[in-house]
Amino acid sequence: MALQNFLFWTIAALTGLCAIAVVVTQNIVRAAAWLLFTLAGTAGIYFLIGADFVGGTQLIIYVGGILVLVVFGVMLTAQGPFVTMKTHAAEWGVAMVVGVLLLTVLVTTILRTAWSPPAEARMNDAANSVSSVRLGEGFLGFDRVAPAAALTGIGESEQVVHATGTRDAGQRPQFHERNRVAYLLPFEIISVHLLVVLIGAAYLARAKRRQGAAS
Amino acid sequence: MSLDVGLNSYLLLGALLFVCGALCMATKRNAIGVLIGVELVLNGANINFVAFARYNPAFEIEGQVFALFVIVMAAAEAAIALAIVLNFYNNHMTVDVDNAEELKG
Amino acid sequence: MPDLFTLWIYLRPFVAALALITFMLISAIFFVWLERKVSARIQDRLGPTRVGGKFGWLQTLADGLKLLVKEDIIPDLADHWLFRAGPYIALCGAYLAFLALPFGNGVVAQNLNIAVFYMLAVMSTEVFGVILGAYGSGSKWALFGGMREAAQVVSYEVPRAISVLVPVIVAGTMNLTDISKQQAGWFLNWYIFHDPFTFLAFWTFFTCGTASCKRAPFDLAEAESELVAGFHTEYSGFRWLIFFMAEYGSMFAISGIAVILFLGGWNLGLIPKGADATDLLGTIAGNVVNVLVFIVKGWVLVFFMMWVRWTLPRLRIDQVMTTCLRYVLPVSCVLLLGVSLWQLAEAEYLWLSYVNWLLAGGSIALVVLLLAKAMTATGLPTPTDLMPGAWPGAHPAAPTIAPRS
Repeated sequence: MALQNFLFWTIAALTGLCAIAVVVTQNIVRAAAWLLFTLAGTAGIYFLIGADFVGGTQLIIYVGGILVLVVFGVMLTAQGPFVTMKTHAAEWGVAMVVGVLLLTVLVTTILRTAWSPPAEARMNDAANSVSSVRLGEGFLGFDRVAPAAALTGIGESEQVVHATGTRDAGQRPQFHERNRVAYLLPFEIISVHLLVVLIGAAYLARAKRRQGAAS
Repeated sequence: MSLDVGLNSYLLLGALLFVCGALCMATKRNAIGVLIGVELVLNGANINFVAFARYNPAFEIEGQVFALFVIVMAAAEAAIALAIVLNFYNNHMTVDVDNAEELKG
Repeated sequence: MPDLFTLWIYLRPFVAALALITFMLISAIFFVWLERKVSARIQDRLGPTRVGGKFGWLQTLADGLKLLVKEDIIPDLADHWLFRAGPYIALCGAYLAFLALPFGNGVVAQNLNIAVFYMLAVMSTEVFGVILGAYGSGSKWALFGGMREAAQVVSYEVPRAISVLVPVIVAGTMNLTDISKQQAGWFLNWYIFHDPFTFLAFWTFFTCGTASCKRAPFDLAEAESELVAGFHTEYSGFRWLIFFMAEYGSMFAISGIAVILFLGGWNLGLIPKGADATDLLGTIAGNVVNVLVFIVKGWVLVFFMMWVRWTLPRLRIDQVMTTCLRYVLPVSCVLLLGVSLWQLAEAEYLWLSYVNWLLAGGSIALVVLLLAKAMTATGLPTPTDLMPGAWPGAHPAAPTIAPRS
């Protein structure tokens, strides 16, 4: 566990420093570069926590999609090489005060709230990572947690299920054992939503004549 | 606070990213800088979701599912925001948000 | 002194990381030599023959030495920080993909449950090294090349992911180790022969993989005739070497994914099901055989990539995007639909599972036919005979120069 603590503090420190650098830097392309490292650090945190699928999705969509989009936006709206838009010192002062206040409120809330007791340390060895299997089953509506845990938030030790990759149905939960909300339909809905949004964005951003109608 | 990693550590990291994003939104004059701030805010919230998924067994699946939803929605929102910024640039030849005052007064 | 087991647990990540980077470097060394030899032979010349014996084995060392001692030039207008960071981001993206690639049964740095997804995700971060390097170079050739590169790589990721989904649907898991284990036995079990949709998916994946590695014929952004050298125009010496290690690394990673998903992974394909190389030869020798089989298969696919590069002409950028959006993407969607229907139909019509005999037999017959044709082809007549394209009666003798009168 010492290696995990060390890794967490390293990755968290680097991610935090890169996030601060995003705010501080004046050059927009460098801000995008620091954002790249922040997002990669966040993906590392997800992998460390055991949420492999979310980490992979973060890398594919955030880094490989959104960030590339942002950089293309920067290139298309460039106003000369390395133009920086400086913020006034007064604005910086006000922003820092508000930021520090917000951070204080959040930190105090976090440290003072008695979150429900954490589960006993689960194995975080990725070879035994059950998160993707559980996630997949959760999408379909299966649940391995005993019903009492859903109410009290205190888990019970359950058997670790390994994905063996074989296709015999006996090792998978059967359809009649579904006992919670299935998230597959909302996931499909937001996928279609994303497609519609992207088509709309492409239409909005199509090339138009510079002089003339603003539509 | 001991050096052991617990729920609080992840929540603090999420809070730091959130505040950095909010500051970015407040201070950047480049419209795309504001968009970068929005992404940081969403990432901070995502870390919270996944941390609760890890440390609270009742939310084991929901935390990750909602994190996935947030990521997909962030992609949609970034695309639209960039389309708006591009239109603004086409009309005003600048992306300085201080110049976006046509609706003022 | 902790016992050996706990020591191994602590040391294992470092040993694995070191082994992977060593393998990547050795592969890159081999690929540089291979590329020069392959390009030379295809162009009817010999290639490196001087350094290190008759076949130029040590040519890469000479190349590397030259690159190391080259002057490190950073343009004046370059954004120093981004210029320096670009190559290393690309290298990280390529190297991290090796983390989940199983070289043998259990010979994997980290046996992820979502290995394929992770590898695709990590390789999609490589494009950022290209973008930052291109922008940070402060030169318009680099910027144009980098932006075209980014558009191409990002566009081809979509059909690549869809083509990867096709064998994943057949396998039922994204765990690369398990996918390889499912293809044990005769080579009929390889997923490339499983059904015609998977067969075609191999070719679409290979095409998209070649495009997303920025290899020819999709290498317009690196082309000398169009853009000086594209995104690595201003990079010289060691930094250029890092970019190319990243490119060769991602070529092998793509080939590795193709080998595991379609070509049976580390299975030799000649051992009947139930037995494994480790059963026949013992643990160490069996694992060595598995690893060697995997590496050789990966290198053969990389050789195919090089072969295609030096055979086909380069595509224009609009042709590149047309190929992606109007040809490969719809084809891969149809394949995804087809394989889903095939999996459903297979439960009903059991004879469908014997299609792999047909496909395997057909492929072997085709390969044998092509080899036979290549072996028995007569060479072109010597230049003093009829030149190709010459009209009948064209004289093959030495051309006479009409004297000026």
